[in-house]
Amino acid sequence: MKILIVGGGMGGTILANNLARRLKSELDHGAASITMLSASDKHMYQPGLLYVAFGRMAPDELYRDQQSLLEPAIHFHVDPVETFSLNENHVIAKSGKRYDYDIIVIATGSRAMPENIPGLAENSINVYTEQAALDFYKRLSEFEGGKVLVSVGVPHKCPMVPLEVTFMMYDFFKDRGMLDKVQLHYTYPIGRLHSLEPVGKWAQKEFDRLGVTYETLFNMKEVDGDKKVVYSEEGTEASYDLLVAVPPHKGMEVIESNGLGTAGWIPTDRHRLNVEGHINAFVLGDTTNLPISKAGSTAHFEAEALADNIASTVKIGTPVRDYDGKVFCFIEAGKEKATYAMFNYNNPPDPKPPTKSIHWFKMAYNQLYWASARGLL
Amino acid sequence: MSEKKVIDARGTFCPGPLMELIAGIKQSEVGEELEVLSSDEGSAKDIPEWVNKVGHDLVDNFESDGVWHVVVRKAK
Ligand SMILES: Cc1cc2nc3c(=O)[nH]c(=O)nc-3n(C[C@H](O)[C@H](O)[C@H](O)COP(=O)(O)OP(=O)(O)OC[C@H]3O[C@@H](n4cnc5c(N)ncnc54)[C@H](O)[C@@H]3O)c2cc1C
Repeated sequence: MKILIVGGGMGGTILANNLARRLKSELDHGAASITMLSASDKHMYQPGLLYVAFGRMAPDELYRDQQSLLEPAIHFHVDPVETFSLNENHVIAKSGKRYDYDIIVIATGSRAMPENIPGLAENSINVYTEQAALDFYKRLSEFEGGKVLVSVGVPHKCPMVPLEVTFMMYDFFKDRGMLDKVQLHYTYPIGRLHSLEPVGKWAQKEFDRLGVTYETLFNMKEVDGDKKVVYSEEGTEASYDLLVAVPPHKGMEVIESNGLGTAGWIPTDRHRLNVEGHINAFVLGDTTNLPISKAGSTAHFEAEALADNIASTVKIGTPVRDYDGKVFCFIEAGKEKATYAMFNYNNPPDPKPPTKSIHWFKMAYNQLYWASARGLL
Repeated sequence: MSEKKVIDARGTFCPGPLMELIAGIKQSEVGEELEVLSSDEGSAKDIPEWVNKVGHDLVDNFESDGVWHVVVRKAK
């Protein structure tokens, strides 16, 4: 049984390592093989970008060699896929090589697309790539005062980033004794401050207490960099001196160009995680079209369910469990307090008040992540 | 006319039905219809509120077997 994993990020790596352990004997005896194709020889811990943006982590701390994270039995190639032939069970990669499979898992992630809103890319900063996070820190450090507007696009990766970035900026300016010179203003696409209702309520209380102003039902339409104004689809506008964007995201171009899913989101079965209409093709992480958070924890829990199912398919010919929609997100509530939200398809979240210990647990997780990627946690 | 797109947001809390609709509308053509399925009663109110504010058309809004169906036509 040839298993092909496309994408060596959070989802693909956790899946590959989990599978390699469960299928050790099959891999040793040649009854199964695992091949991973990725676009880079490096693995980035993306949540660390938030700390890079505030000068609290250096970019090199976020990277490991991808090969070093993988179980030795996994065949790893930096050879990004260019053509998916799901009906013929093969892909063609950039090198021109064709890879055949019995089971394929696609985990190519998502990307921020500030260029999709006119004027946004040229006039805003964000935390979504290494370069963007470094620019963010530079611009924040040079900021002498005025109105900082945090504006949120849809869909976006990591639902906690908009609030986290706002609370962390508050503490950043507080530490510099600049709060009297800075006004923080926050806009959000729906009628509350966060998609999770209890988190939205909590954030509203915190914003009122800290003097952060906000506008809801605000979807960015275009940005006028000369006037320093963001116009919304709803017909309103918000001015800024410094514009912090949570840009809208898309899946990878290769997903769209192969006709696998509009905007790079692949139609996915919410329980079995197969590509709709294909029984031997699966999807993990950000690139699904599932209406759940695009977060590393989502990719992680999906990878665990899928590892069980692919291993059992190899061993007993059938999958054994459903993915239940589980998501777990830490929420940094400033520079030294945090809380978390956990939920699945049936149970809503019930976040508790932020504490220092949860913040320190998140700090520890930033290092423990590497054990998690290896499939050990 | 093209087929109605269904956004099955039942049992999902984050990003939630309205945010899914906003993302779905961006990927649609003017005149296309999208039907949101939600298990959250709040959707029957907050989706129409947003649709009116932006200026799209609310085509239908009903509950059946504990699922709220909100049908929206992209108007611009
Ligand atoms: C600033 C920031 C903060 C975040 N904070 C959190 C957080 O606190 N908690 C949380 O749970 N999540 C967080 N996330 C989100 C999390 O990082 C992503 O949701 C997660 O990485 C998604 O995993 P994935 O496997 O789907 O994609 P990725 O991890 O992005 O991996 C995609 C992989 O696909 C590869 N690839 C791309 N194209 C091809 C191709 N054509 N062929 C082969 N391979 C290809 C890439 O090289 C990469 O290895 C954060 C993200 C950011 C940016």
